[in-house]
Amino acid sequence: MSLSGKPGAFKAELNLRPRYIDPDRCTACGLCTTYCPKHLVDTYNEGLSVTRPIHIDYPQAVPATYYIDPATCLSLLHDTCQICVPVCRSNAIDFTQKSKKRTLEVGAVILSPGFGRVPDEALTQYNYGNHPDIVTSIEFERLLNPSGPFEGEVRCLSDRRHPRKIAFIQCVGSRDLGCDNGYCSSVCCMYAIKEAMVAKEHDPDCEITIYYMDMRTQGKDFDAARVRAEEHYGIKFVRAKVADVMPWGKNLKLTYSTLSGEHHFEAYDMVVLSVGLDAPASAKQLAEITGIELNKYDFCKTTTFDPLASSQKGIFVAGAFQGPKDIPESVTQSSAAAGIASSLIKAQRGKGVVVKSYPVEKEMAADEEPRIGVFVCHCGINIGGVVDVPRVDKYIEGMEGVVFHAESLYSCSQDAQEVIKNKIKEHNLNRVVIAACSPRTHEPLFQETLKDAGLNRSLFEMVNIRDQCSWVHANEPAEATRKSMDLIRMGIAKARHIQPLQEQTVPVTRKALVIGGGVAGMIAALNLAEQGYHASLVEKTDSLGGHLKNQRYTLNGDKTADYLKKIVDQVTKHKLIDVSLSSSIVAVNGFVGNFSSVIQSTGKGKSAVEQTIDHGIIVVATGGQDHAPETVLGQALPKSPLIITQTDLEIRLDGKTKNRAPKAVVMIQCAGSRGDDLAYCSKTCCTQAVKNALKIKEIDPESQVIVLYRDLRTYGYAEDSYREAREKGVIFIPYSMDDKPVFKATAKKVEISFNDPILQEKVTMEPELMVLSVGIVPQDTEELSKILKIPVNADRFYLEAHVKLRPVEMPVAGVFLCGLAHSPKPLEEIIVQAQAAAAKAAIPLVRGEVNVEPIVSHVDQETCIGCSLCTSLCPYQAIQMVKVDNKRKAETIMASCKACGICAAHCPTFAISMGGFTNEQITSQIEAFGQAGEE
Amino acid sequence: MASAKQTKSGTVMVVGGGVAGVQAALDLTELGYYVYLVEKSPAIGGAMAQLDKTFPTNDCSL
Ligand SMILES: Cc1cc2nc3c(=O)[nH]c(=O)nc-3n(C[C@H](O)[C@H](O)[C@H](O)COP(=O)(O)OP(=O)(O)OC[C@H]3O[C@@H](n4cnc5c(N)ncnc54)[C@H](O)[C@@H]3O)c2cc1C
Ligand code: SF4
Ligand code: SF4
Repeated sequence: MSLSGKPGAFKAELNLRPRYIDPDRCTACGLCTTYCPKHLVDTYNEGLSVTRPIHIDYPQAVPATYYIDPATCLSLLHDTCQICVPVCRSNAIDFTQKSKKRTLEVGAVILSPGFGRVPDEALTQYNYGNHPDIVTSIEFERLLNPSGPFEGEVRCLSDRRHPRKIAFIQCVGSRDLGCDNGYCSSVCCMYAIKEAMVAKEHDPDCEITIYYMDMRTQGKDFDAARVRAEEHYGIKFVRAKVADVMPWGKNLKLTYSTLSGEHHFEAYDMVVLSVGLDAPASAKQLAEITGIELNKYDFCKTTTFDPLASSQKGIFVAGAFQGPKDIPESVTQSSAAAGIASSLIKAQRGKGVVVKSYPVEKEMAADEEPRIGVFVCHCGINIGGVVDVPRVDKYIEGMEGVVFHAESLYSCSQDAQEVIKNKIKEHNLNRVVIAACSPRTHEPLFQETLKDAGLNRSLFEMVNIRDQCSWVHANEPAEATRKSMDLIRMGIAKARHIQPLQEQTVPVTRKALVIGGGVAGMIAALNLAEQGYHASLVEKTDSLGGHLKNQRYTLNGDKTADYLKKIVDQVTKHKLIDVSLSSSIVAVNGFVGNFSSVIQSTGKGKSAVEQTIDHGIIVVATGGQDHAPETVLGQALPKSPLIITQTDLEIRLDGKTKNRAPKAVVMIQCAGSRGDDLAYCSKTCCTQAVKNALKIKEIDPESQVIVLYRDLRTYGYAEDSYREAREKGVIFIPYSMDDKPVFKATAKKVEISFNDPILQEKVTMEPELMVLSVGIVPQDTEELSKILKIPVNADRFYLEAHVKLRPVEMPVAGVFLCGLAHSPKPLEEIIVQAQAAAAKAAIPLVRGEVNVEPIVSHVDQETCIGCSLCTSLCPYQAIQMVKVDNKRKAETIMASCKACGICAAHCPTFAISMGGFTNEQITSQIEAFGQAGEE
Repeated sequence: MASAKQTKSGTVMVVGGGVAGVQAALDLTELGYYVYLVEKSPAIGGAMAQLDKTFPTNDCSL
């Protein structure tokens, strides 16, 4: 690969390696793999099982095409064999394929090569490779998985016994300068807990212990999982450093040392190494090709204020290559990178996209006789191997409305689509039933074919005889065949009542409303404006900046005030951004694409003015603030000027006074957090404490700084600063919830006693200051959640639509979320999240319309009695009550309806029907079930 | 190599088809751009495809 050019006009040369299998022909039947004579270690299963050179990694792989590994295939190596070629029924195998060169012209580049493996030294220090029951966490994932080597059973690789005792060792290849990986990989604590819990679910009697230094479960709701692991699943957590793992008869002997320096050992059946995320193998090569700079750990180099920009303009980064991170954060970064790339090349928007056109749909009279075509699929041997497809096909003959029926070997193949289209024309079909696999995966494909043939896509019914018949009844072919007949008869009965449904779209007002003028809101507004959309930014206070105004410098020493000033300037000067200060949202009406909101502004000394604006989407960025705990570590907090927060300390350290650095200070972490006053971890305070501790040491190296903590959560690169702080003499002492530090304070004196686990004795100190890491709470979420009808979690943060896959969207369509209102997080993550929210919010604005699935609910207002049961039950706020001739009637907001059907199921007068699932259709299906006809 | 005639291109290249790459590609197409997704292995999905269940929701990762 090579890359040249400049932002907006790059040229990339690629080398496409051959698969030796034609993807358009391959139906992924798997016959070739069963004939291939050569064995190959399965890297997908981490080498724990074998496969063949011609294979597919896993059945759901995309593309769902097999490929041939050129490094092991006998034909490609020695020009022999080729057994697979005649075996393949669709003639997909092609050994003449060659590597191809391809040149692409692209406007921007996003690098997401992920992460790589930790160095071998990190593993061999625990004897990995010398005993089969010492495995990595990735191998353990494969052991847990049903498609893994033992079909999801956890067994020892040595003798296949079920392990009775398993140990996890944390930080393998992370936080370890021995293998040049000084950073924390951020994800392994959480995945170790996950793997341990899943293993416990498989075998509740298995004993599991996790050996760790700090449990870094700082993500949203992650601590709750840790508590559950301990209390509910009985997983043991031991804070200790593992010295080594040695084979010991059938078992493994694990030696560890605790904080007090004592050594212990314990026998295990299996030891899992929680490996970290290293830079991807191709990092250096990519850097050479693209000219981007790498950081000292070979991940992509970026800055706190511009987290996804590489050192080369027009080249962006997302995912684990930006720095070790989990899936939700990778997904967030990707959306953000997409948005930034989009603003760079917005002038070209839509230019490269191919728009497909369809023939005009045939008109269909409501009383037109059904002319149904039925196709029964063999799916190779997948269905045909169990279900007697020819018999099923014969059974269909003569059913009411059926004018054509046929078998099909692979009804999803390209040529089958042509056959279907031709048959529709030839027999003038007006309904199509396909009995094959799952509509989840294949319905869109067949509906596309119908559209190509000029039929409305709703005139289609799919019967799943794979999952429901050949798979679940694999050992009862006769029953599977009978059930296929039943299901098809029912499908045909329903098809007789299907009516065409019109595709509908709702126009979108191409403007945004951003609520909250902190850094998240400002970045979101700026990004939307950069993409070409008008944004109204509404801020409650009389200035922009929010929580960031209280911060002074970042961990790297950059001044936050300079950054803040820069973006406030950009926001206020941008032609497409309207800022309303001292303002709040008092009402929001409408739905995605068509919101209308009332903003109330209170000018100085003037009375409040109200203004109504129309907009298509909403970004919620209402932020958070420092928590003010009433109790800390179970003790009432005394009022004393000697007890301050980390933020107070930061402001003081940034000042000019000579003795701004205290001579002796004790910092208390999780003061009010993690089950103390707040339930959760605030994610940022450990790093802030380390940052301030380093600042104190910078001003006065003689200063005594003690940090009392539970788990020090300097995840990612912040770990480097934690190490630096220890090297500079900052003392970190862990405390446990059974033995909490105790404090007393007056206006003049503060006294703290705590247990020192290294010295193993009680220590009492009278520092100059006691500094609390108080955590972060959300702001005003109750009020806004009512106005917008969006949910909050138990900790009063907003709840996103899906934590992993839709992290910046809300369940209500058209409402997006970012910043501290989502959960506590550091500046860099806030910026990314705001960019991501802006990118997602831009999607409906770009399209200018929202599509409505034709299967949404429909209220028959004649039958509706206005009880409003449906309105209260709809989880998406998609039904509203309207006045019709002075009577209350329900009405679907089509753009918001997700077609779940809850309303239709509950309506006492059956006034609601779902498109494509009408009562008539479903009853006819049920009736047909009872009419098993003659064969 | 920049020549005067060069026009800005409305396409984006995404290198690496793990969750991050796939999500970026999906969002870009929804934002109105043509995307080339470049993956060195035979299938997209990256590390996530190897995982069993994934936190925080612990649902299946495929
Ligand atoms: C054991 C383990 C368990 C985990 N469990 C969880 C969990 O439960 N929940 C969670 O949120 N996270 C979990 N993670 C973290 C998760 O795997 C990552 O967050 C995620 O996979 C990162 O996605 P990505 O797309 O950045 O990288 P990847 O998934 O690594 O994808 C990168 C892709 O890029 C390709 N590529 C690399 N270089 C090139 C190149 N030069 N050209 C073209 N293509 C290239 C690779 O082949 C790969 O397909 C776990 C990690 C591990 C190790
Ligand atoms: S502390 Fe960091 S590196 Fe160590 S196991 Fe936990 S997340 Fe991984
Ligand atoms: S101090 Fe803050 S970041 Fe650190 S563990 Fe406690 S709550 Fe989490």
